[in-house]
Amino acid sequence: MPLDLFSVGDPIADTKAPRDVPIGERWSTRRFRARLVNPANRRKLTVIVVGTGLAGGSAAATLGEAGYKVKNFWFHDSPRRAHSVAAQGGINAAKNYRNDGDSVHRLFYDTVKGGDFRSREDNVHRLAEVSVSIIDQCVAQGVPFAREYGGLLDNRSFGGAQVSRTFYARGQTGQQLLYGAYQALERQMAAGTVEQFARHEMLDLVIVDGRARGIVARDLITGEVSTHFADAVVLATGGYSNVFYLSTNAKGSNATAIWRAHKRGAYFANPCYTQIHPTCIPVKGDYQSKLTLMSESLRNDGRVWVPKERGDTRDPREIPESERDYYLERIYPAFGNLVPRDIASRQAKNVCDEGRGVGPGGLGVYLDFGDAMQRLGRPAIEAKYGNLFDMYAQITGEDPYETPMRIYPAVHYTMGGLWVDYDLQSTIPGMFVIGEANFSDHGANRLGASALMQGLADGYFVLPNTINDYLADGPFEKVDDSHPAAVEALQAVQGRVQKLLSINGNRTPASFHRELGRLMWDLCGMERSDEGLRKALDRIPEIRHEFWTNLKVSGDQDTINPTLEHAGRVADFIELAELMCVDALHRNESCGGHFRAESQTPEGEALRDDENYAYVAAWEWTPEGAPPVLHREALEYEYVHLAQRSYK
Amino acid sequence: MTATAEGTTFASGTASDPAMAKHDMTLTLRIWRQKGPRDKGRMVTYQVEDISPDMSFLEMLDVLNEKLILAGDDPVVFDHDCREGICGSCGLMINGTAHGRGTSGGPTTTCQLHMRKFKDGDTIDIEPWRATAFPVIKDLSVDRSALDRIIQSGGYISAPTGTAPEAHSILVPKKDSDAAFDAATCIGCGACVAACPNASSMLFTAAKVSHLGLVPQGQPERNDRVVNMVAQQDREGFGGCTNIGECSAACPKGISMENISRLNHDLLGALRAGARPKS
Amino acid sequence: MAKTNSVAKKAVVAVTGIIMILYLIAHMIGNLKVFAGRESFNGYSEWIRTIGEPAVPAQTTLTIIRIVLLTVVIAHFWAVISLWRQAKRARPNGYVTKKAVAQSYASRTMRWGGVIVGLFIIYHILDLTMGVANPEGPDGTPYDRLVAGFSNPFITAVYVLALVLLGMHLRHGIWSATQTLGQSNKRREKTVNLFALVFSVVLIGGFLIVPFSVLFGLVG
Repeated sequence: MPLDLFSVGDPIADTKAPRDVPIGERWSTRRFRARLVNPANRRKLTVIVVGTGLAGGSAAATLGEAGYKVKNFWFHDSPRRAHSVAAQGGINAAKNYRNDGDSVHRLFYDTVKGGDFRSREDNVHRLAEVSVSIIDQCVAQGVPFAREYGGLLDNRSFGGAQVSRTFYARGQTGQQLLYGAYQALERQMAAGTVEQFARHEMLDLVIVDGRARGIVARDLITGEVSTHFADAVVLATGGYSNVFYLSTNAKGSNATAIWRAHKRGAYFANPCYTQIHPTCIPVKGDYQSKLTLMSESLRNDGRVWVPKERGDTRDPREIPESERDYYLERIYPAFGNLVPRDIASRQAKNVCDEGRGVGPGGLGVYLDFGDAMQRLGRPAIEAKYGNLFDMYAQITGEDPYETPMRIYPAVHYTMGGLWVDYDLQSTIPGMFVIGEANFSDHGANRLGASALMQGLADGYFVLPNTINDYLADGPFEKVDDSHPAAVEALQAVQGRVQKLLSINGNRTPASFHRELGRLMWDLCGMERSDEGLRKALDRIPEIRHEFWTNLKVSGDQDTINPTLEHAGRVADFIELAELMCVDALHRNESCGGHFRAESQTPEGEALRDDENYAYVAAWEWTPEGAPPVLHREALEYEYVHLAQRSYK
Repeated sequence: MTATAEGTTFASGTASDPAMAKHDMTLTLRIWRQKGPRDKGRMVTYQVEDISPDMSFLEMLDVLNEKLILAGDDPVVFDHDCREGICGSCGLMINGTAHGRGTSGGPTTTCQLHMRKFKDGDTIDIEPWRATAFPVIKDLSVDRSALDRIIQSGGYISAPTGTAPEAHSILVPKKDSDAAFDAATCIGCGACVAACPNASSMLFTAAKVSHLGLVPQGQPERNDRVVNMVAQQDREGFGGCTNIGECSAACPKGISMENISRLNHDLLGALRAGARPKS
Repeated sequence: MAKTNSVAKKAVVAVTGIIMILYLIAHMIGNLKVFAGRESFNGYSEWIRTIGEPAVPAQTTLTIIRIVLLTVVIAHFWAVISLWRQAKRARPNGYVTKKAVAQSYASRTMRWGGVIVGLFIIYHILDLTMGVANPEGPDGTPYDRLVAGFSNPFITAVYVLALVLLGMHLRHGIWSATQTLGQSNKRREKTVNLFALVFSVVLIGGFLIVPFSVLFGLVG
């Protein structure tokens, strides 16, 4: 590896999981060993929570219920807008209600294997243990999960799992779970335990004497930049898929909070692990602002194909069966159209690269329900997928009952994130990271219906049981606006805002964002190569330079100014993109969502290199343009044995 | 967007495929511009060209804003986020109907309204939600925190983390669970208030009262919930319901009027049972 | 109860509305006595004034009915005006462009229609009850006043217009009351709406048959 791209620092390790007891006892042991905070002392301790999604909302509500003074920040108008709301499929839990052989151990096993052996066993096992309590909690809140006629909860098999462990609320599970957390949060706001800071964006972290003690936030309505202090800071700000510009994330989803924390010393782990979802509605034009996901469940009955010949632009209905290539069924006879997300996505890319893609720009493949319509009849298809078909028709203007859908992969989730230990504490003492914003549980690939599980596990059950061990040392010495660290952070943010407004060049933030996204999608997307990543690493600094010299932001600082907000986020995405490419380049193996062209089997499948890469890559930011420092956390597999995935 | 080696210079807007370059509408937009809560505000006319029928309504506004930014003008402020019809952020009055319901032909959010519903040469009026309880922040963006305060006043089930019994100890008939779900799909966008001739938030409140009142877990707080939520919506300055049905017609999630009847039923029952709102 | 409770006010509107509807039914049926001839009609008018005699003084029952009705009308108007003002405060500045999607003509005309019907009732009392606004004057019998009034096409036109407005008011009012009192649901919605329509048509038809019969010389 070229040393100019990064340097190697000391290894890092999680020291919090009690490895001296068997894995099944580690979580209860940790809870027992963690110090507690006397209820009377809790109200003297302040915790800042940034974000109100499944992780942030549930954490803020739970910490408020416990009696801590919580300050909750979010950039939307209401906590209910957080992008968790858009999750469709469901939430896994090892309840074994179907008596089909599920157990905590099986969920643990499936998640480690599904993550392609790049996650930490301790964290995953805890996730599987806690999963059962999540369902209990949500039901008690009144979340209207799907039920059977007997009144019991319904379960389905999801994402190719062999057991039915997924709980769901029609196609809106994320929405319903989020509203459960949101209602609990609003209840605490009414009770006065949680103070609300709506339409506030975190722009920096304040560190005093080595501890995270506050944040700098900008009020998005008045433009006022101010500092807020606490005894601990929790980041629950989601993932960074929008580095690709086009993704299934919401327009506002961004990496600014975690990136600023990274620049203040928090290690960033596995940034190159991104998940690409195979069933999204394809791009239509340059004006496209986001991509829409359609539930993976469509692949249960739809058959994926492209024409055998390149450049075949006939109406799909006129292409005879013999001239169609049902490539997933051809390559993977055992799993067919139900292969995991990463494989389905990459094969779609391959056939499009061969020039056999369909639709505008040749970037799409057919998802055909013709057979299913004949076999089951239109009413059955309507009952099962009606809402998805309607959504497709509304967006594309095509009737999927008449003509095959067109789908294409899109970036959907980022497994990477800030490094945390078993307590979910980052490398900055007092800063905790939960939900998609951390890296902890999914390894190199996330299983379907596991994101909701992780967000709520972290927020309801894990963080509230680990943060007390840190807070037991508090309350810490009082800090206010006049502290040099606070003054420095505040001025840095103000200076940056002024800088963005003063460049007065010729390109909008969106134009830089689109360019960066296109570059990342092409060179650090579904398939990465040494050559492509190096090219990206040449190009990104040029984009960054042009950004800081040719950006145009109109409007003022002291009012609501979405262009200014966007500019700040794009600036951070550009820096993050560079680290993603360095990480992707250094990891010269294929694993999960990270596919390196140089590391594949003769059949073109992902080839892991456990000997050299069975570790978490935790990156340390180095100021003054020095390359980032790599800290390796070795991954050991005591309970799930390393094996190559196969879906043939 | 294939991984071509050269494919790295992409400023805004050159499409290689002719099908992608098919931009064929010119529209006149009359947009409400208002600098802040104290500004009077007025309609301002803009022209947008090369609008593709495949664009969403918000993508059409993006095109306008990019032009405004480059010209050094203030772009039009509007709330939006997920752009897939579920977060409830977006909400515009389009040609006099909430979310453009009069144009869409079916329930929709503004982000899911597509330009193919309009014709070349159309004039489109765009206004913010208007209600005392939704003060304008700027242009088309309004403050809907009143809806959150209605939830704060009782729109929850008190179930602190960790206290929950085993999920299967509570059986919920499928019929009730499905009806609760239908009510719970409300995304809190505020279209019901915007469309209501009385600027009433009744459909929003009723959806939450119904959701929680239909499941067994919601019973202990049922009476207090409804009296407090109704009292809060009155305090916020919303109008009263006169059962006209504009709300339900505008609702992107199709929340039905029967939820309002259910709220009324619960409220009158609760008052008879002696429940009184917290002051 | 909270100082303002919009739903409770709506319930007042609904309950008072229902009482007035019950009265209207009786009124309409009573009117049909006109087809039994002058004596019968005047006798009916007299009977109303003497119910319960001699146990109670003359006009007792009628006075009670009048007091109840007056209270009900005042309560109906008070609640409605209070809600109207609340709605005004809830959106002081309207839209530049606003179009209705679901609103029916009946629901849109509830307020002004209600006011017009209210004014009509005053006129109606002056005309047929007190007779001061009647061509026949206060001295004629009820039957004479009726015939004298409705022989005038202009007066009949006023009645027709007001009654049609009342019909629309009832059509939306009945549906709205069902909804307000929490008795509506998706299953019943159609039935309630159909009932409201049929009921309004029959009731108003029953009222209208009298002036038209006079106008076309079938009565008198």
